[in-house]
Amino acid sequence: MSIAEFLSFAFVQRALIAGALIAATTAALGVFLVLKRLSLIGDSLSHVALSGVALGLITKASPVFVAVPVVMGSALLILKIKKHARVYTDGALGIVSALGISAGLIIAALAGGFNADLMSFLFGGILTVSRAELLLAAALAAAAAGIIYIFYNDLTALVFDENFARAAGVDTEKTETILVLISAAAVVVAMKVVGIMLVSAMIIIPPSAALLLAADFKRAVMLACAFSVCAVLLGIYFAFLLNLPAGAVIIIINILILIFCSAVRKYVIKKRTSARID
Amino acid sequence: MNIIEAENLTFAYSSGAAALEDISFRVSKGDFTGVLGPNGSGKTTLIKLILGLLKPQRGEVKLFGCALKDFKEWHKIGYLEQKNTPPSIIPLTAFEAARMGLLSTKKTPKIFNARDNEITAAAMRTAGCYDYKDKLFYELSGGQQQRVLLARALANNPQLIILDEPSTALDSNARGSLFELLRGLNKNGAAVLVITHDIADIGKYVNKFMILDKHLIFHGSKADFCSSPQITKYFGPYTPHLMDHLHDAGGVCPLGGH
Repeated sequence: MSIAEFLSFAFVQRALIAGALIAATTAALGVFLVLKRLSLIGDSLSHVALSGVALGLITKASPVFVAVPVVMGSALLILKIKKHARVYTDGALGIVSALGISAGLIIAALAGGFNADLMSFLFGGILTVSRAELLLAAALAAAAAGIIYIFYNDLTALVFDENFARAAGVDTEKTETILVLISAAAVVVAMKVVGIMLVSAMIIIPPSAALLLAADFKRAVMLACAFSVCAVLLGIYFAFLLNLPAGAVIIIINILILIFCSAVRKYVIKKRTSARID
Repeated sequence: MNIIEAENLTFAYSSGAAALEDISFRVSKGDFTGVLGPNGSGKTTLIKLILGLLKPQRGEVKLFGCALKDFKEWHKIGYLEQKNTPPSIIPLTAFEAARMGLLSTKKTPKIFNARDNEITAAAMRTAGCYDYKDKLFYELSGGQQQRVLLARALANNPQLIILDEPSTALDSNARGSLFELLRGLNKNGAAVLVITHDIADIGKYVNKFMILDKHLIFHGSKADFCSSPQITKYFGPYTPHLMDHLHDAGGVCPLGGH
């Protein structure tokens, strides 16, 4: 099938646009989450999203729209546990993750077990993205872009040196809460692309690749977005062409990009070292 | 006007061990105070209480006459933290790191402009780190990083400069230049509060000493320090040695004059 033929399908167009928007959103937010050592929040919240989706399916409401408030509430719970229960961040993430997946399994069992809809959220279904979900992805991308623009320097200070940021009058608690809440919404929408099982990879891998090569902070954010969007567009194309699950193909391409960036970085360092010796 | 007013500050960490007990003092315009004390004496804790990074169990801090909870004029303060080691993978250039010192001068959305870049460049020149402004912060040596963070602390032209062991990772020449720089800023009106381990290092630059050991042992002028009974009591038989050491380090105290 030619690329022109591939692009002529309306569902493919929706998938590509939604996928690119979600990829850019998760990657840009991921840069801050990775550097704040909150990257596993994607994993934890995607498990909570399972509860939201199951709740949506059992109540016949839209799973994505039910999952958004459930996951955002859980994101706040993670911050509360971290602050008040004298638990490290990874501990708080583990607690909420376990709670989310347990509640999801119980709700799914009450609903009579897993059905096809629930499976599509577990493993992703970007080619079945609806018009409403596309609009939600666009709204989320716009909100994330706005937040990053407005709080860019506060977020940078938060991840670079939290104590200094506080002494410079940055409300670090508010900034972190905003970051975590918008990330929670992104996790739910990203489930549609790669599924609950792989959503954290969308947050972790493109920023990790970008951080290997970026010469400054802004370029790290832009590179992460570029890598993630490329992986999603290529992933959807190859998945369609080879009849493979899109979510898995997207993640494999992301990992190949990461390996490539790692090799480039090693080459650059080696070249720089040998230039110094000469 | 008092720049810092601390009243009856008491703080204990969650383990229950008291870090500071009943600390009261004032810092005024023109003060260049050296804060000294053994390891675990509460020096860094005191700084964190002053800046609101920790909340005291008892007592109150006022900055520029305003209670800490209502204080908003963070642009008046420059702060350099102890042993600052930001995550090593953040691709922030030295210039971007130093420019963060101007965050407290901006309103949301905090967008930096050409004027901010000029101010940052000037601060980096003052701190002696402009030459490597485009290098990634994590690729710099410890001493170079310290200079960049010093530029960050000074970028907003603060009226109160708080430095927690700023000479760590600096060689002796760089330490001398740093304290000369601080003396210049102090003469231009900034109050300076410096934590250090080595009294001889800053002895000739400061005009006040604060000695902490969970309690406030001493806070006053250099002249008072050299004749203070609290100092004699605290240092005991080591007092004459300390005074001679301070004499050798820049004539802080008269030889054998205690």
